[in-house]
Amino acid sequence: MMRIVVPIKQVPETNAVKMDEATGTMIREGVEAIVNPLDLYAIEAAIRLREAHGGQVVAISMGPPKADRALREAIAMGCDAGVLISDKALAGSDTWATSYVLAAAIRKLAGGAGVRSAPPTPASQSGIDLVICGERATDGDTGQVGPGIASFLDLPVATYVSRIEHVGEGLCRLRRLVEDGYEVLEVGTPCVLTVVKEIADPRLPTLRGKLRAKAENIPVWGVSELGVEASKVGLEGSPTRVVRIFKPKVARECLKLPAKDEQSLHQAVEKLVAFLQEKQLV
Amino acid sequence: MVPKGVWILAEQQHGRVQRISHELLTRGRDLADKRKADLTAVIFGHEINDADLGELIDRGADRVIAIESPQLEHFLVEPYSACMLALIREFRPEIIIAGATSTGRTLMPYVAAKADAGLTADCTVLDIEPETGNLLQTRPAIGGNILATIKTPCHRPQMATVRPRSTKPAPRQPGRKGRIIRRPAPSELLGSRMRRVDFIPSTDQHGLQDADIVVAVGRGIKKGENVKLVAPLVQALGAALGASRDAVDRGWLSYPHQIGLSGKTVTPKLYLGLGVSGSIQHLAGMQTSETIVAVNSDPDAQIFRVADFGIVGDLFDVVPVLVERIKKAKG
Repeated sequence: MMRIVVPIKQVPETNAVKMDEATGTMIREGVEAIVNPLDLYAIEAAIRLREAHGGQVVAISMGPPKADRALREAIAMGCDAGVLISDKALAGSDTWATSYVLAAAIRKLAGGAGVRSAPPTPASQSGIDLVICGERATDGDTGQVGPGIASFLDLPVATYVSRIEHVGEGLCRLRRLVEDGYEVLEVGTPCVLTVVKEIADPRLPTLRGKLRAKAENIPVWGVSELGVEASKVGLEGSPTRVVRIFKPKVARECLKLPAKDEQSLHQAVEKLVAFLQEKQLV
Repeated sequence: MVPKGVWILAEQQHGRVQRISHELLTRGRDLADKRKADLTAVIFGHEINDADLGELIDRGADRVIAIESPQLEHFLVEPYSACMLALIREFRPEIIIAGATSTGRTLMPYVAAKADAGLTADCTVLDIEPETGNLLQTRPAIGGNILATIKTPCHRPQMATVRPRSTKPAPRQPGRKGRIIRRPAPSELLGSRMRRVDFIPSTDQHGLQDADIVVAVGRGIKKGENVKLVAPLVQALGAALGASRDAVDRGWLSYPHQIGLSGKTVTPKLYLGLGVSGSIQHLAGMQTSETIVAVNSDPDAQIFRVADFGIVGDLFDVVPVLVERIKKAKG
């Protein structure tokens, strides 16, 4: 029996983004919102663990009211429940404030007694065994919230997890993708994992899942329900501040040559090799 | 005590200081000079090579603080962060920068949460605002669609990570003076609820991110079997092989080959894209390569906007001819 929390984020489709220049935050209205693609992998990993061990997977998300839709997508995939963390006071939170708030929500889910640090008893219904996050969100693209949540919860965190080999008896054995290979780690549970795409192929929502998701009651927790300090959330609680947004300059002048027949092909290749030789690349 | 000083988080592997450390010294030196402050290289490990520590001074650090213990041999977030937090409390730096490596990207947010510090990831530009002395942190967001400049006005330290290979390593100045402080890690800071039980090295001949030349394949190669048609070119150039997200999602190459927003960032001397359209996601992972060459049958492919040289044609025709010509050039 395992209780797993999956924090997810609703993000804008990266191609259609608008920024509020004054506050430096994203304008979410009028842009198609999707579940952060990398969170789908976290959801999938969590559901597979529940299928193997029994238990419950709860998706949580901090966002504006319409993030409710992302949670319903998670439920349609197979999560058991969802919680929306939403409050005007949370708007403009940076990764520090976001991690702080999500940690508070997870603590609340764990029953208020704090996340258990003792080995879980099989029949236990309270407490959390795992928090599984996607490696990063495609809008902010920092990858900081997973480790931030772990830090606020005072839990160990394994990032870039590409395979969960075993969970049980208070331990999680996993593979972590690093620059030159894979670390095999043993982590005491409860712990936080951030996962990469290799972990599992996300399933599609089923029709039954969609019906269930439609009917599901998704509670909304705000600042007062979470008991978080107002000074630590939102724009005010964020140590970092966006001061300027600008479009990157278009990079380079491209020498573009056609290769539509044998002659132009050979000419183009000749020029390319000369170009590379000049730069001492060949 | 007013926070002062610029720190870089150096990294070691098997006791040898890694290249990212020298890249960070370039950034750190620039910031320290602007702040008229000292530059410190902080490093955690076990039996770190003496000469490598001295080299950090040669390459610009005024001071090196090395905290050592067998338990710090490999990165584990709890002992590393406990040691780092203790150092922050003791020495009170104003700025800490680290590499956006698997270690930096895990350790820095973990520390920032507990240190009440602002942290900005993957900065491409770091500068000092003249009027305030604040660290200006510029980074891409929304898949590289925009650049954002970020400040941490009040909280200290100001923390930032920088992509590996986005900076030249600081040059050596032999005989440069500095202090090396080596301490054993206090045992009460070494607790860990994680342990490393094994390591499986990558089967790549050389790492994609360390390669001088990268050849990337995209949807244009049409099927998995065609990857082997590119092998002669990869070999002729002495390149590492990468892939677009499309190619990986289709199972043509495995995930460690993926270049882009949700894959690796590469900054080789030469990037050659074959049948890669150049989506924003992909560009985010390679657009800072020194020289970019693209072969694509679509003249309007996005990749040509960031390329220095392009051939509009069928890559299956181009590649064999290119291989021959390169072999001839190499003699």
